[in-house]
Amino acid sequence: MSVNYGSKRIVVGAHYGLRDWLAQRVTGALMALFTLVVLAQVIFTSGPIGYEQWAGIFAPQWMKFLTFAVIVALLWHVWVGVRDIFMDYIQPVGIRLSLQVFAIVWLVGCAGWAVQVLWRL
Amino acid sequence: MTEIARKRPVFRNINALKDLPTYRLPAAGWVSILHRVSGVLMFLLMPFIIWMFDTSVSSEISFASFSAAFNVGLGFVPGVLVKLVTLALIWAYLHHFIAGVRHLYMDVFHAVSKEFGKSSAVVTLALSLGLTAVLGAKLFGLY
Repeated sequence: MSVNYGSKRIVVGAHYGLRDWLAQRVTGALMALFTLVVLAQVIFTSGPIGYEQWAGIFAPQWMKFLTFAVIVALLWHVWVGVRDIFMDYIQPVGIRLSLQVFAIVWLVGCAGWAVQVLWRL
Repeated sequence: MTEIARKRPVFRNINALKDLPTYRLPAAGWVSILHRVSGVLMFLLMPFIIWMFDTSVSSEISFASFSAAFNVGLGFVPGVLVKLVTLALIWAYLHHFIAGVRHLYMDVFHAVSKEFGKSSAVVTLALSLGLTAVLGAKLFGLY
């Protein structure tokens, strides 16, 4: 058993996992709730949903507040998930690091775009 | 550092090409690997998802081009392909959502037994595939 405490602990890997494990569950629950909030508004809208109704869902400030939190949660959730996958399947350190850098760039870029859309609205 | 650098044993008893196609997974195993597959799929298609969010909420003109993508296509991509990719995303979201709720349920209620693992996995697969079929039929205009 490797030492995982004190000054001789091994400082590589997934930081023993608990924080990321919990973060993934909390962010997942938040996104699930957000899905229900959006879905409820779509279902309880009477008549066909055109541009006005759809954009109207994201127009109130509280919805932007929530959507922004969900974008951050998504970013975090996906980072934990893809890193788990890279750690499991990609063994060569160079390729793994490159993929992790790609994932960060991809996610931060996507999150920035989503935030831009949200506040242009 | 020296003690960490010691070589750890590596077991390579699975041949990806020879063994994986014949490997029979239980239902919970399918849910698990598909959770990963659906996650990666949504990760890779994230720009398309945000493009849909962007065009559908930004203005009425962009909303029209959003709707048109599913009928006449998007650039050189035909509309049918846009619909198929969307269908894949619908499945990925449903599977990931339901499998995720299953995870949360197991964590919160300590519902970790062989029986519950199997029955909840079967429910997950049935629900995600069933809802995908229902929404897919709507997407392709069957009703």
